[in-house]
Amino acid sequence: MSTAVNRLDRRAVVARLLKDRGEAIVVTGLGSPTYDVAACGDHDRNVYLWGAMGGCAVMALGIALARPETPVIAVTGDGEMLMGVGSFATIAMQAPKNLTVVILDNGLYGETGGQASHTVVADLAGMARASGIADARAIDAMGDVEGLATRATALGNGPCVAVVRIGQAELERVLPTRDGHAVRARVRQSLGLSID
Amino acid sequence: MNAAHPHALHASPAGWPGDIFSALKTARVRQVAYVPDGGHAELIRAIHADPAMIGIPLTTEEEGVALVSGAWLGGDRACLLMQSSGVGNCINMLSLVRNMGGPFLTFVTMRGEWGEFNPWQVPMGTGTPDAFRLMGVHVLRADRPEEVGPATAAGIRMAYEGGSAVAVLLAQQLIGAKVFVK
Repeated sequence: MSTAVNRLDRRAVVARLLKDRGEAIVVTGLGSPTYDVAACGDHDRNVYLWGAMGGCAVMALGIALARPETPVIAVTGDGEMLMGVGSFATIAMQAPKNLTVVILDNGLYGETGGQASHTVVADLAGMARASGIADARAIDAMGDVEGLATRATALGNGPCVAVVRIGQAELERVLPTRDGHAVRARVRQSLGLSID
Repeated sequence: MNAAHPHALHASPAGWPGDIFSALKTARVRQVAYVPDGGHAELIRAIHADPAMIGIPLTTEEEGVALVSGAWLGGDRACLLMQSSGVGNCINMLSLVRNMGGPFLTFVTMRGEWGEFNPWQVPMGTGTPDAFRLMGVHVLRADRPEEVGPATAAGIRMAYEGGSAVAVLLAQQLIGAKVFVK
């Protein structure tokens, strides 16, 4: 909720989350989460989305079902998640142990002028839990990001959704490639698959 | 198969749904996402009953576009089952298929195009082929039962061997117009 105090720094959260990512595949929701992940350094297993709003978590589900032993982390924003909020239930039905959805919740649409998002009133962690995801966390402290990083880079008992309350500061944009075909080829190659 | 579908029957469907099912099996398609449709009911049952396949119910069709793209990134062949009314929901998400490339295959049961009682189905029944074409998805069509197998084989080949985005439209005459009883 937007009234939380001591909101976390989004770049510090994502940097900690991905510090020891190991084999994990990371899918980024369009806008600031894509820049936050890029700010940690480019990586063969980063899937940068620049559009397809609402598709980040459920695209990550497709990867997770295909690679059940590989941790898959969706890093997205509150606005992007709200557009695909039904995918909480779709994920819960499949119950993958290797999928973590991290929602960076600043309570606003930063890419389009800072309009308030629905998380001013809506509780995304509660929505995830009510959709059947037992491990749905709301995170306000860096100490809890440590635990989340451990969970996200390993296999759990089921999917995890973490809503991390972050500050509203607009940070310098770090722009990764917009070439989805190149990203596709690179990710598949890193998994030992043909590029096409 | 998953725990949410314990009562799925272990039987391959007959007729044209069976043709689609056996072609998907032969092509080693693993993830099958769907929003239910009566015309796809037998195929959906068969998918949930098959241990080599994962049936994935969606809350809305565009989820399936993103999921199918992710499945393929991870090394699985996947496809999407829906009815024509769901095609409009997919439009923007198809930009993911355009931008990342890779196979996209969907089987669409047509409503609102032949003897349809419910006028709410007609706008997308009329618009479905154009909606796909607007977003660069190649459209194949089967009007008669014997055309489903060849159209499926063509779609599978173009998608999984050619990396194209393909929709196979299954005409309402195959399924019949739903009868509403007052």
